[in-house]
Amino acid sequence: MASLVGSRVERKEDKRFLTGKGRYTADINLANQTYAIFVRSPHARASIKKLNIDKALKSSGVVSILTGKEIADDKIGGLIAGWAIRSEDGTEMKCPGNPPLAKDNVNFVGDPVAVVIAESLAEAKEAAEKVEVDYKVLKAVTSTADAMNGDTIHEGIDKNLCFDWLLGDRQKVKEAFDKADKVISIDIINNRLIPNAMEPRACVADYNAASEEITLYTTSQNPHLSRLIMSAFGNVAPEHKLRVVAPDVGGGFGSKINVYNEDIVCSWAAKKINRAIKWVAERSESFLTDIHGRDHVTHAELAVTKDGKFLGFKNETIANLGAYARVFGTVTPTYLFGPCATGVYEIPAAYTNVKAVYTNTAPVDAYRGAGRPEATYTIERLVEKASMELGIDKTELRIKNFPTAFPFKQTLVHTVDSGDYVAGMEKAKQMADYKGFEARRKESEAKGKLRGIGVTSYFEACGIAPSAAVMSLGCGVGLWESAEVRFNPTGQVTVYTGSHSHGQSHQTTFAQIAADELGVPIENIDIVHGDTDKGTFGMGTYGSRSLAVGGIAIVNACKKIVEKGKRVTAKMLEANPEDVEFKDGEFIVSKSNKKKTIGEVAFACYLPGVRDEMKSPLPEGDEPGLKETSFYDPSNFSFPAGTHIAEVEIDPETGQVKLEKYTACDDFGRIINPMVVEGQVHGGLAQGIGQALYENAEYDETGQLMTGSYMDYTMPRADNFPEFNIGYTCTHATTNPLGVKGCGEAGAIAAPPTVMNAVIDALGGQEVTMPATAEKVWKACKNLKKSNAKAA
Amino acid sequence: MKDFNYHSAKDSKEASQLASSSSAFLAGGMTTIPSMKLGLATYQDLIDIKNIKKLSGIKVSGKSVTIGAATKHVEVSNSKDVKKAIPSLSSLAEGIGDPQVRNRGTIGGSIANNDPSADYPSACIALNATIHTNERKIEAAKFFKGMFETALKKGELIEAIEFQIPEKSSYQKHPNPASRYAIVGVYVAKYKGDVNVAVTGAKSCVYNDKEMSKALSGNFSSSSINGMDLDSSEMNTDMHASAEFRASLVVTQAKKAVDAC
Ligand SMILES: Cc1cc2nc3c(=O)[nH]c(=O)nc-3n(C[C@H](O)[C@H](O)[C@H](O)COP(=O)(O)OP(=O)(O)OC[C@H]3O[C@@H](n4cnc5c(N)ncnc54)[C@H](O)[C@@H]3O)c2cc1C
Repeated sequence: MASLVGSRVERKEDKRFLTGKGRYTADINLANQTYAIFVRSPHARASIKKLNIDKALKSSGVVSILTGKEIADDKIGGLIAGWAIRSEDGTEMKCPGNPPLAKDNVNFVGDPVAVVIAESLAEAKEAAEKVEVDYKVLKAVTSTADAMNGDTIHEGIDKNLCFDWLLGDRQKVKEAFDKADKVISIDIINNRLIPNAMEPRACVADYNAASEEITLYTTSQNPHLSRLIMSAFGNVAPEHKLRVVAPDVGGGFGSKINVYNEDIVCSWAAKKINRAIKWVAERSESFLTDIHGRDHVTHAELAVTKDGKFLGFKNETIANLGAYARVFGTVTPTYLFGPCATGVYEIPAAYTNVKAVYTNTAPVDAYRGAGRPEATYTIERLVEKASMELGIDKTELRIKNFPTAFPFKQTLVHTVDSGDYVAGMEKAKQMADYKGFEARRKESEAKGKLRGIGVTSYFEACGIAPSAAVMSLGCGVGLWESAEVRFNPTGQVTVYTGSHSHGQSHQTTFAQIAADELGVPIENIDIVHGDTDKGTFGMGTYGSRSLAVGGIAIVNACKKIVEKGKRVTAKMLEANPEDVEFKDGEFIVSKSNKKKTIGEVAFACYLPGVRDEMKSPLPEGDEPGLKETSFYDPSNFSFPAGTHIAEVEIDPETGQVKLEKYTACDDFGRIINPMVVEGQVHGGLAQGIGQALYENAEYDETGQLMTGSYMDYTMPRADNFPEFNIGYTCTHATTNPLGVKGCGEAGAIAAPPTVMNAVIDALGGQEVTMPATAEKVWKACKNLKKSNAKAA
Repeated sequence: MKDFNYHSAKDSKEASQLASSSSAFLAGGMTTIPSMKLGLATYQDLIDIKNIKKLSGIKVSGKSVTIGAATKHVEVSNSKDVKKAIPSLSSLAEGIGDPQVRNRGTIGGSIANNDPSADYPSACIALNATIHTNERKIEAAKFFKGMFETALKKGELIEAIEFQIPEKSSYQKHPNPASRYAIVGVYVAKYKGDVNVAVTGAKSCVYNDKEMSKALSGNFSSSSINGMDLDSSEMNTDMHASAEFRASLVVTQAKKAVDAC
């Protein structure tokens, strides 16, 4: 039987999605259901003087109106940060309370203060308009850079500072800088982004008074984790009385990791009113209240010798957490950021210092890449600038500082098990026709255009993560993953995975893995996920962890099935288990060549008797049934890496940047399904290029979101992109049995610096901030013209 | 969205009789429906005009192209007749918004709405259009009054727009990357005696740039407007573009348009 791993198996999920048969949360309608509308703060910062629901209660169709007072009275807990970070001075981070419905203060536009539940959506909306809230508007803090000088947002949190964190050794860095021939420095902004999953958030909560069980259907990337948080911190219900189902989910990108206010409020309220409640976000609510991404202000320096050896690296960053610290809010700008900020280079001394600040803006949390795009942007913009200032070719300078051997003990935290960065660079250069650039630049010049080329070499720590490692760094949970492989008596297989697919194609790729491991046709394998009632526990999907952690759990559970199958076959065929081999779905006794198919073995496991004979095929000590579970805890992160090259052409008269060519050469380890990987790379690139050229979440000084719709927030579209030129190098991960590394975030990590390096190259080294909009670039072109004129 | 009454008018007369101070005509609905959904506008009555046969379709005579008010953008962009008579008009239609918008939005709705960054108003000004309503004929130059303001009276229905076929013409837009409306759009049309340079997006309302018209009427070459320093004091500033940038774009897009003619 040919191996399915590595082939372009068509997606099992496509038929359902392409024929409109996907079942998303908003498709779920329950008997006797009510509709929720949240009353949200129109102010970025205010105290609530009075909240009057009398008029609203009289509005037609209203079932109930609940406010922060009832939440507090019922001792329902708030939203939490999942990762405790300690400051450089040893103090613990400072987090404000974040009740699901604000009672006394609101801290960003969109912060919910009440929920109106009615018989119909229209009635709920009508009544919500009648809820009267008397706010005392306070001065908002919105700027990342100035947050520490603003009014104190949360009582007791001085300078709006959550923590002031250090990774690395300042003294060693100082010594390195003292020895440097040259110091390259940059000031950069990593612009705030709004994830914009195609499916807006939604939830449907139901209460069964007979079993006293709450069921929450929700748009989550990690239903078990949501249940845990809602139970342990939200006090909504004990875990065995709370079922969380995340059915088809239309994109997450990190924005659906968090338990949100609406999940808790609807679950709690459903029990209170003993009826199902449905809530679906409008797109404007998504813009305002989904977690946002990035938002860093960074000063970084690189100490170099005159021949281009890197000696030391400094990174001083202010990270905006938004109004509250959420699940991955505090780890994203620290452990997901700092360790990767030295990039793919041997740099003897480095430190990253992060001041995480609160502002009156939407909470910022993990968004595709989470910390690693910010890290890569910092180092790769620096390296590009170093190449300009040193006059050393940008690819040569990088190669000069690549590690020469693997495992590569990276400066701050990680030991990278495998990779070949030089091979990746060489292949990328060839794919991009790097040599031919100068000729293309001249052609552009002849047309009056400016052309630039940009390079990024990146690595990322993903496949998160070894529990011992992350818990020692402050994580509230272990980050293993589970799988259950169940055979039916008639031979089909159900695989329950704790990973969650919201676009990642697990139904296909995980089935490919199980099909290879078990020798069962892929049509007979179902991948099941997203329901806390169906599997024991799962940590969900984020941080490119599904395959490198969840996939390995499946492999391990399959291996246990095979082991049991060998024992059962030996018993059935009267052989030694050691003499049984398993290949392509058959157990073969090597000496006699007798065999049993895995289907026959499964059948025997479930029907362990033989008519007319008192004989069982089950060896002593083995129980009936064929089902195995694995909880896999990885021994290390996985480390995809690669080199990307972009070419842009700029019209100096309009400032428009056209992305002419984009080459991505990635090392994802073993690839399970190239077609699926291409999809992941394309998606990541679109988001990364979006950050560089188009997307920007902008608040005004009063904390109003200026880019709250698609009329003003630029989502990239297909016609903004050239045909992507994608290729791979491959070194297998040595830390997991499949040799896989993960590919979900690479594009979003590598693309922003790649594109910006090209833009800035075209602009003769002039800095522009992301996104490189027409006006910014036009201004830079004017300056360039002036300075060229002066020089001439 | 608040409840409203839906009417489907069978002819212009019925449509205008149904109109009141709390009604709107429903053409493509691409402006009306989103503004109702967002609570920015409420109407008691929506009067659907798409079923009025007379309002749809394209007619080309020797001198002019006449487009029914309820004709969709996609129909204008696909029309072979328009492509032949005034190719720039069909490419303008092709550059509006996205396929969904082009498949519903109408030319009448667009000019009745008179969004300061809409594309069609510039075509009307540049192509010496006449707006035919159920009551009268209005010259384009007198039709666009100000930001979202036109010469239309309450209940007056646009039936068709008649464009004069120019010798040469081109429309060049610098789109807002998010909405794809015009940050600046410049429509240059050359007729025997004179040249029109209609500008949209730059100010609160579409206008004919006299200075550039004059320069180009004298010498129809982009060199005659190159480096022109336009007064930006009345130009829009928003988060997508400053007045200064817009002023520069007006000249740049005008040059491109002349070069493309
Ligand atoms: C996402 C998006 C992007 C867009 N991008 C662009 C763009 O790039 N360029 C651009 O120019 N436009 C753009 N538009 C606007 C679009 O082109 C429509 O033309 C415009 O919304 C109005 O046309 P409509 O037929 O949809 O009118 P409707 O929304 O139905 O009506 C709008 C107004 O016009 C009135 N009206 C309609 N027909 C008549 C008539 N015959 N007589 C009198 N009054 C009438 C109505 O009473 C109403 O007040 C965009 C719209 C959207 C939603």
